[in-house]
Amino acid sequence: MTVSISFQLNGTPTQLEVPDSQLLSEALRQGGSTGTHIGCDTSQCGACVVHVDGQSVKSCTLLTAQVDGKSVTTIEGLANAEDMHPMQQAFKNHHGLQCGFCTPGMVMSAIDLVNHHPDPDEKQIREWLEGNICRCTGYHNIVKAVQHGAQMMKEV
Amino acid sequence: MYDFTYHKPSDLNEAGQLLTNDEAKVVAGGMTLIPTLKQRLAQHSDLVDLSAIAELNGITQTDGVVRIGAMTTHSDVHHSELVRSSIPALADLAGQIGDVQVRNRGTIGGSIANADPAADYPAAVVGLGATVHTNQRDISADDFFTAMFETALGDGEIITAVSFPVPDKAGYAKFANPASRYAIVGVMVAHTQGETRVAVTGAAGSVFRASEMEQALADDFSAEAVRSIAVASDEFNSDIHASAEYRGHLVSVMAARAVMAAG
Amino acid sequence: MGDTGIGSAVTRREDYRFLTGQGKYTDDINLAHQTHAWIVRSPYAHANITGIDSSAAAAMPGVVAIYTSEDFAEVGGVPCGWEVTQKDGTPMNEPKHPILAEGRVRHVGDPVVLVIAETRDQARNAAEAIVVDYEELPAQIDMQAALADGATAIHDDVGSNLCFDWELGDQDATDAAFANAHHVAKLDLVNNRLVANAMEPRAAIGDYNPSSGDYTLYTTSQNPHVIRLLMGAFVLSIPEHKLRVYAPDVGGGFGSKIYHYAEEAMVTWAAGQLKRPVKWTAERSESFMSDAHGRDHVTHVELAMDENGTFLGLKCNTLANMGAYLSTFAPCVPTYLHATLLAGQYTTPAIHCEVKAVFTNTVPVDAYRGAGRPEATYLLERVVDVAAKEMNIDPAELRRRNFIQPDQFPYDTPVALTYDTGNYEVTLDQALAAADYAGFQARKDEAASRGKLRGIGIASYIEACGIAPSNVVGALGARAGLYEAATIRVNPTGSVTVLTGSHSHGQGHETTFSQVVSDMLGIDYDSIEIVHGDTDKVPFGMGTYGSRSIAVGGSAIYRSVEKIIAKAKKIAAHLLEADVADIEFENGEFKVKGTDKSTGFGDVALTAYVPHNYPLEELEPGLEETSFYDPANFTYPAGTYICEVEIDPETGVVDLVSFHASDDFGNVINPMIVEGQVHGGLAQGIGQALLENCVYDDQGQLLSGSYMDYCMPRADDLPSFSVDTTVTACTHNPLGVKGCGEAGAIGSPPAVINAIVNALSDYNVRHIDMPATPMKVWQAMSAGQA
Repeated sequence: MTVSISFQLNGTPTQLEVPDSQLLSEALRQGGSTGTHIGCDTSQCGACVVHVDGQSVKSCTLLTAQVDGKSVTTIEGLANAEDMHPMQQAFKNHHGLQCGFCTPGMVMSAIDLVNHHPDPDEKQIREWLEGNICRCTGYHNIVKAVQHGAQMMKEV
Repeated sequence: MYDFTYHKPSDLNEAGQLLTNDEAKVVAGGMTLIPTLKQRLAQHSDLVDLSAIAELNGITQTDGVVRIGAMTTHSDVHHSELVRSSIPALADLAGQIGDVQVRNRGTIGGSIANADPAADYPAAVVGLGATVHTNQRDISADDFFTAMFETALGDGEIITAVSFPVPDKAGYAKFANPASRYAIVGVMVAHTQGETRVAVTGAAGSVFRASEMEQALADDFSAEAVRSIAVASDEFNSDIHASAEYRGHLVSVMAARAVMAAG
Repeated sequence: MGDTGIGSAVTRREDYRFLTGQGKYTDDINLAHQTHAWIVRSPYAHANITGIDSSAAAAMPGVVAIYTSEDFAEVGGVPCGWEVTQKDGTPMNEPKHPILAEGRVRHVGDPVVLVIAETRDQARNAAEAIVVDYEELPAQIDMQAALADGATAIHDDVGSNLCFDWELGDQDATDAAFANAHHVAKLDLVNNRLVANAMEPRAAIGDYNPSSGDYTLYTTSQNPHVIRLLMGAFVLSIPEHKLRVYAPDVGGGFGSKIYHYAEEAMVTWAAGQLKRPVKWTAERSESFMSDAHGRDHVTHVELAMDENGTFLGLKCNTLANMGAYLSTFAPCVPTYLHATLLAGQYTTPAIHCEVKAVFTNTVPVDAYRGAGRPEATYLLERVVDVAAKEMNIDPAELRRRNFIQPDQFPYDTPVALTYDTGNYEVTLDQALAAADYAGFQARKDEAASRGKLRGIGIASYIEACGIAPSNVVGALGARAGLYEAATIRVNPTGSVTVLTGSHSHGQGHETTFSQVVSDMLGIDYDSIEIVHGDTDKVPFGMGTYGSRSIAVGGSAIYRSVEKIIAKAKKIAAHLLEADVADIEFENGEFKVKGTDKSTGFGDVALTAYVPHNYPLEELEPGLEETSFYDPANFTYPAGTYICEVEIDPETGVVDLVSFHASDDFGNVINPMIVEGQVHGGLAQGIGQALLENCVYDDQGQLLSGSYMDYCMPRADDLPSFSVDTTVTACTHNPLGVKGCGEAGAIGSPPAVINAIVNALSDYNVRHIDMPATPMKVWQAMSAGQA
């Protein structure tokens, strides 16, 4: 069975005919948005985090059918041409990534955090990122990046 | 994932109709169901998404009872000013479930219908003496959870809301599994209109009330009153993270901490 | 070169693509007409296969092919790259590791049937319809039990479950040292089994071009040339010129992506059979039962001292779990990467180490971040702490008394290594000051006022990186060389392409290597491109593991740049009509000594490719040089780590409140990247000490087979770290560098456990095995009080 849905993908109206059982992460990756990554099968690693109607969600734990009528933002939708989103820039400035695999989900989570808490402290950042696993950085520079990203987001 | 047919009914009647098929399954937040389907640990002919049924959403308070719609997310409960002011222990508990993304999707109705022995909400429902409303009837907390992953819900029965009487005092303390972040032990204590309840999740096959602790707290609502009470742990869960004996120990510690949190 | 040269904290050029979702990992690649593979894996730890019925599956929608071991009859097994010679002079037991199980499965996850279909779901559906009949055999999980008389042999051709019985060091000298000892500290400990868990699951795509006979393997590898060599030569008999192995962006490795895995051979072989691409991507739960695991040693150690605490001798007896088959470098981990490190930073004159490697019905075990060196450091730094307590000497002081002194380098250890340089006391003192070791008691008292038990732990580690030289490792059993190759291609307009055999999967080589070349050639950092990961582009390479990239790969680049400069000087001399001996090269300019005559690097490059005014009779046109750098020795990073914990006595929860790392990595190219490497290593080492544990039950079922039970360190499990460095430059490589990738994972586990044991000093707790989970801490406290 398939289902017809329409939604906004990174601001672009998008119509899809998808299997009922398709995951949003699969739809995104098959559609070429391969910045959304799959790092586990138990909905824990957070490499697939995207925003649905402005909230961070794990796209591997959502059916494509469930975003009908909604707005989806992925890592590919953050940068404005060559200019990265302030949070992306902060991750670069503070070496908040190494292999890059968890990075898209980490950045999407971090932006959701700052949308809720414009001035997060270290404890808030560490707790908020509980659903995003990074194996490379030890989180030290991610925390720094998110703190600075929050400030940079105020400046734009 | 195995194939299924996805439905998004706009009212409860339609949902109820779809669920008369006993191979159909409700999807609320999907935070347990979708991972289960993804790993092919379950197969359903139809998935009935309740997200379009407006009456299942929202938090209201009347006559000393906070009513939370079944499709209300953990995030919404956690951030609700109403819940924070009336039952802060419940807001606190909701904020400890899973991670941010789980809380953004997971719902109270989905959580209690699933009746995971290590989930947090069952401790709130039983500890606060809540009433579970369905499209067919009202079920008292003590009758709702019947066994591991088992509830009193019948076929086609859909949780619509959960009503929590506002307690005089309540507190929740959780010892989380470091990997899954489910409760190894979670204890909700509450004192509501003369009744004291202590509900324990994570430790056993299903949420249960620690009656000895309830009696002790009824006499003396203090951490010291429960700290030294050892619950019988012979039948408790045991896994690589916590033995039954350690869980038993944690029940006493978490109960004391819950009392302290209740203030 | 200003802010992009050696020593500058240059932000990474790789980051833009990763941050904008444009990284290209193996699973992001899809080829035309691609098919998908799903692998039927054993649900049993040990069983005979008595039948496989694929008939129903073969008829299912989309199924393209179903293969069992019979189809791979002409294909070799997965090779092992290191042969250890036993005590008695015989080679280790090396059973066949088939691509698909041949009549017998030996661990949960052992591949049995390969199913290929048009879509992944179809392949999975068909896989579920395949009926495999098993006759269960007794599972050998515990190493002692596996070695006991009468234990069922996992490999009939081996006959027992002993892979090898090996020793290093002088047993007689060590026994004599113990006979004269004032005190002997003894300890039994377990180095817990871990799963590397790079966030990108393994994936592989095989492709075959029937018109040319060329194969391509896209794979998640740390060393594509090694995979080409192993798979081409030993498994599929495809010559190098017909096999391209391409490892694009790789999402972390930590050792687990060094090895040649059966799935790589499966998809490559099947692509040739089907004349269509075949793609396989692991699910995470599949990774848990098919990626090589790490560690898993059981050790008894004894340290003999005189009355002053001077170390006289060390004895170590280790059981090392190999798992069901020998993974690529498994045999060298508990031997030449472990026993050779047992001198640590100390002058212990006599050391003897015995290692028995054991086959069990578990996933193969191989190198994981640190590989042998964390195991050595852990047992040594734990027994030193036990000794300090038993001798009533401060742990920092006991270490200091036994350090190799700066004037003793080069220092020959009793376990086969020659340390080139170091200054351990400087690093210790820097760490003690940074961690305010002297002020600990006040912090402990303050914590006690809050009902918390505070402890402090020190670990002084040494590691051996950049494993080499090839002739020595060859004599020790390596079946490969351990050099690195680099080509510097100066393009006609003066830009530079660097082809390196090192592979970056998070290390930032595109940035660091560019800094080295920019610094040496005096050219713009942005005019340098680093190419890696593709055997069709890079002449050769041994890849990235063992913290070898900068020490070995960086040195190969250095040597090639030297050759470029030498040739460019000849061209410049011609252009400037001067003697080559009078040409000086500085900041990208070739100058004639003592004159104002000069020409730029770009002009020389253009001249090399447009050789109109050129000494053609003496010099070939072009400006491209290749070097194969084979190091003279290992490098020896060393450091001291200090950890503080607070324990909640009610629950046993350990809160890691501070962690300081002082490391000597020699010269540092990019301090930002080096710090990041240390942070990541610390998180993995702390993860081992507190959280991570790969657990099998008695039947060989994996109890920690997903992130629901295998506890990965999260942001809220860790503090921010304090890190700094000291420098003694490596004496035998041109950059003076030592490598930094593994240090954090090596030094941190003993620091954490030492801190916990210190915190529990009032509870009569002498040791606690990793991971020190709340339950284990609570149990140890309860037992100590009883």
